[in-house]
Amino acid sequence: MSLIEVKGLKKSYGDVHAVRGVDLSIEKGEIFSLLGPNGAGKTTTVEILEGFRTRDAGSVSVIGFDPQSRGHESRIWRNRIGIVLQSSSDAGDLTVIETIKHFSGYYSNPRNVDEVIDSVGLKEKEGALIRTLSGGQRRRLDVALGIIGNPELLFLDEPTTGFDPEARRTFWALIQQLRTDGTSILLTTHYLDEAEALADRVAVINNGVIIEVSTPADLGGRATSQATVQWRDGDAIKSEKTDNPTALVSKLSATFNGEIPELIVTRPSLEDIYLEMIGGANE
Amino acid sequence: MNKIPSALQLGIRRGGLEIRQFARQRESVVFTLLFPVILLAIFGSVFKDTIAPGVTFSQYFVAGMIASGLVNTGFQALAITIPMEREFGALKRLRGTPMPASSYFIGKAILIFASMVVQILLLLEFGVLFFGLEMPTDPGKWLTFAWLVFLGSACSTALGIAFSIVPKSGRGASAVVSPIVIILQFFSGVFFVFTQLPSWMQQVAAIFPLKWLTQGMRSVFLPDSFATQEVAKSWETERTAVILLVWLVIGIFFSVRKFKWDRD
Repeated sequence: MSLIEVKGLKKSYGDVHAVRGVDLSIEKGEIFSLLGPNGAGKTTTVEILEGFRTRDAGSVSVIGFDPQSRGHESRIWRNRIGIVLQSSSDAGDLTVIETIKHFSGYYSNPRNVDEVIDSVGLKEKEGALIRTLSGGQRRRLDVALGIIGNPELLFLDEPTTGFDPEARRTFWALIQQLRTDGTSILLTTHYLDEAEALADRVAVINNGVIIEVSTPADLGGRATSQATVQWRDGDAIKSEKTDNPTALVSKLSATFNGEIPELIVTRPSLEDIYLEMIGGANE
Repeated sequence: MNKIPSALQLGIRRGGLEIRQFARQRESVVFTLLFPVILLAIFGSVFKDTIAPGVTFSQYFVAGMIASGLVNTGFQALAITIPMEREFGALKRLRGTPMPASSYFIGKAILIFASMVVQILLLLEFGVLFFGLEMPTDPGKWLTFAWLVFLGSACSTALGIAFSIVPKSGRGASAVVSPIVIILQFFSGVFFVFTQLPSWMQQVAAIFPLKWLTQGMRSVFLPDSFATQEVAKSWETERTAVILLVWLVIGIFFSVRKFKWDRD
């Protein structure tokens, strides 16, 4: 049984068909990333999985529960998952440690408060009031609150929006550590490099349907797509698309008698592939 | 696997957290706890007459201030702050945890009750020291006082939570809620002697809990001889309890059924 199993999921708001038949299967232990432009049905899909919205049709199972369940059933389910939402800006008058300690009391088997504070890198800030935290520190606190219940599954929504590049790298290391510790993660992000760095598999959603599910390296035939070889020939920069970059490079090497000036070999980035996919689907 | 903490247990913990959070917001602490004292100082200095033999305006006014304190501290504060918590995303985050809605409600009820107790103690102390407020001596009156504060606070909390679904935004909440409370205070005989109000105002006020809380508080702080000057010629204690209970049930019903955790 997969950790998350979605079949034929549909959701409309009036005449707007936000989700038009989504199928997804997410396995235990993986970081799975859902990609898609605004309005593609990404947020609706994730919020249905998180139990924040109801569905119109289809079946959904998240760690064996229907997210639409209510009452005690819902508490048992929420006890086993963690959610890091896009933005919370509340409770500015409590300290970091007070807040995390309080949230830990919601769960039956919470993680150790000090360990969690350490793992998100807020040790020096644990006594600080939340309203004095920077954006990045606040985001770390959001993650701490998402993982304090020791969840089997963590929902991460746009976790690094507004981070500087260094903070993003540190944050990625934290997420990878969580996976190593056994937490499965559903990540939604606008940053393709983030999906590439973190995700084991990515799904691209557009116009309310999933157009492809694959590893970041293979998405859209990326691994086998043509490479571009670029080099300098006298005054001119030359480039050539080819299925056999190695052959071209050794040919050039022979021509130049060794070193090829300013040689660059590239394949399309995940972003190139992605933009092509959603552009194509929009036409 | 340990058990998930019970809703009551979490509610009490939330109450502690709410109080701690509230105590750190200095402006609202001062405003909430001292506002009735300030009003008493103003009104008590302006109106020095007696309303009936042995009943000073201050004595009458303290009863009204305690009653309207219950509405301000519970209903008004919650109907304004909960939409803000919703706008900040705080409620949605709580929704994503195993904490049940009832714990959140219990936490609010504890906060309101605790701040009511402090507010009342300050007001009574101030009234006795500076405005010759006379405290009841009959234990029966203190019993009435206790259940009025308890029931009034619960009722005000439940209605504040229920009404928090009405304001469309956190910023606009105050504009929606405050006029309702102010009008209700004028209609319910907080600032004026109730029997001197036009009868249509009295009838409108009689639908809502504030009038009954005010009248109930008068039964505690005014001599029993004053009861004959009430509209019904009596304190109507049982009726007050019933009406407050009905409003409490209405408040709980809408809080449980209609509470909104998310902006849309």
